[in-house]
Amino acid sequence: MNWPLVPQQFVTGILNGGTIGLIALGIVLIYKSSEVFNFAHGHLVMFGAFLTWWFTGGGAEPGAGLIDLPLWAAVVAALLVSMGIGLLIERFALRPMTGQPLLAIMLMTLGLAQLLEGATAVLFGVELKSNFPAPFSPSDVLVIPFPGAFGDAIRLKYTLVATFVVATLAAVIFIWFFNSTKTGLAMRATAEDHEVARSVGIRVRRVFGLSWGIAGVIATLGGVLLATVSGVSLNLSTVALIAFPAILLGGLESLGGALLGGFAIGLVQALVQASRLIEVRNSSEIAPYLLLLVVLLIRPEGLFGQKRIERI
Amino acid sequence: MAMLRPAGDFDRSYEQDMALLRQPWHYWLLGISLLAAFTLPLWGDAYLVATANQIAYTIIAVQGLNILTGYTGQISLSQAAFMLVGGYASALLVFHAGLSFFIALPLAALAAGAIGLIFGLASLRVKGFYLAFATLAAQFIIPWLSRHTFKDYLGGANGAIEVPLPQLAGVNFGEVSNYFYISLVVLLITTVLMFNVSRTRLGRAFVSVRDNDLAAELLGVNLFAYKLRAFFIAAMLAGLAGAIKAHSQRGVGTEFGYGLNESIIFLGMLVIGGLGTNLGPFLGVAFIILLEDLSDLLGGVLAAAFPELSSQLLTSFRPIFFGVALMLFLIYEPRGLSHRWQLLRAGWRLRPFTR
Repeated sequence: MNWPLVPQQFVTGILNGGTIGLIALGIVLIYKSSEVFNFAHGHLVMFGAFLTWWFTGGGAEPGAGLIDLPLWAAVVAALLVSMGIGLLIERFALRPMTGQPLLAIMLMTLGLAQLLEGATAVLFGVELKSNFPAPFSPSDVLVIPFPGAFGDAIRLKYTLVATFVVATLAAVIFIWFFNSTKTGLAMRATAEDHEVARSVGIRVRRVFGLSWGIAGVIATLGGVLLATVSGVSLNLSTVALIAFPAILLGGLESLGGALLGGFAIGLVQALVQASRLIEVRNSSEIAPYLLLLVVLLIRPEGLFGQKRIERI
Repeated sequence: MAMLRPAGDFDRSYEQDMALLRQPWHYWLLGISLLAAFTLPLWGDAYLVATANQIAYTIIAVQGLNILTGYTGQISLSQAAFMLVGGYASALLVFHAGLSFFIALPLAALAAGAIGLIFGLASLRVKGFYLAFATLAAQFIIPWLSRHTFKDYLGGANGAIEVPLPQLAGVNFGEVSNYFYISLVVLLITTVLMFNVSRTRLGRAFVSVRDNDLAAELLGVNLFAYKLRAFFIAAMLAGLAGAIKAHSQRGVGTEFGYGLNESIIFLGMLVIGGLGTNLGPFLGVAFIILLEDLSDLLGGVLAAAFPELSSQLLTSFRPIFFGVALMLFLIYEPRGLSHRWQLLRAGWRLRPFTR
């Protein structure tokens, strides 16, 4: 361990973890209401980022693009469009699959992911868009004195702090929505049992549609946050894949667990970078998956998931 | 065989009951397709032979996946990573140990099988899509290891090493028309093996694990042992396919694919062909590879028409076509092309009383 780097990496990891947690939340939301594990969520994240980038003018000169919205309006527009995409996916891809075995539903979301990847490439191009209009420039840095750290201070990029605040806030709002509103209660009831939910007057189909719509919104929000840090590219879908270890760590059924899992994964990824060994530093891309294997072997239900009693 | 037979058609001996080829037209079909396959380099052009070669080794990998996912019901997202293991093992054995390719090939299969067993150990603890996550981790960890460890042997950041051509009595295997025979012979061997696995004790145990693991255990099937066997066979066939692919591309490494995408495509091929059928891998692989060629063709035509968009048009049709095909099959024909083929056969047999 390179100790002077640890405080900096610790804070960076937590800040990065907020976005991962938000992305993980979208997957857990769909899983909770319809028992579909959405492998296409990473691609929804990427698609949302591209949409926002396109609504801000698509990298053309200011005023020359087809559509040229300020960032906030572009985000709102992208959120609306991705909500529509979520609804469409539910209606045309997942509803015909109701009652099909796990593998078929999983493959359906994998097929969706491929379709979204191809569609993004056709619509927006394959090269990295580094001109995403971030509200802060990369050189805006908040310096907090911290004796003992590298350079006796922790440097926080404004962008990172902002993404953390937005992600955590959004996650907390969605968790509140799910736990404390009537619609959220309906969604939880549907997750418990479709037929019982139907018998008390909940429209199960509407709940499915709603959860996919919300998941689309969450994905796009996550995509925008990822894009402000690293630019818009087709790689965003693989970046979003590390939400899977976060979910398993937190437990498949727990929204709060997904957020905490996101923090943990961000932390692990950042802390391995504080190592003195180059091999360990390089492992930051697979460290989440190693953690995933450990979780699966020791505590498959995750930290906050429901323990199912079944024999393997 | 689930196939219903007409009254009066029954078997009179054990050999007859166990025969794979039952009707005269079975012999004819097999003979004609073997003749077509073995003479392909004589009448097909280089492109056709190269595609057939690709189809042949991909079928081997998908046959392995069929044992694990189709028969045993364990979802695996790491078939491409096991192919990578096989490719590297064979290349290193030929390059550094000086073995002949034809000895390295089975050894590479065993090496991939061993790695498959290690990740199969996860099936001791978890099942369903928890197991899919364990294999997802394998799919990320194995290629990472190939890039970041033993850099002198595995190519390091280049993500590729050169692979020598097989040597055998002066035959030039650099020609794909000669190399094709290697793929074809290995494919024939694995196909006979798969037909026999699926109808013996091993295959029946696999199916019972898939259909109802509790009942299977009550019947005396050791779940863990059979799941591990399925992992071993799947990884072994992936290793064979990987070794053949590596030597035919004359290079192996993450530069040549072997990513999560490939693993997903293998699963898609299996579902489109038909899960848990011996015909499935053949139909599914041929369908998807021809579809990929078609989408490349379409992309090329469109790229020529709109040159300024060529970079995005050339690469994006494959995932779109594959995704749409997979989704349509899952909705309209989840049992795959081999089920269609059976319906066709039944329709022909019952003619003119087909609906």
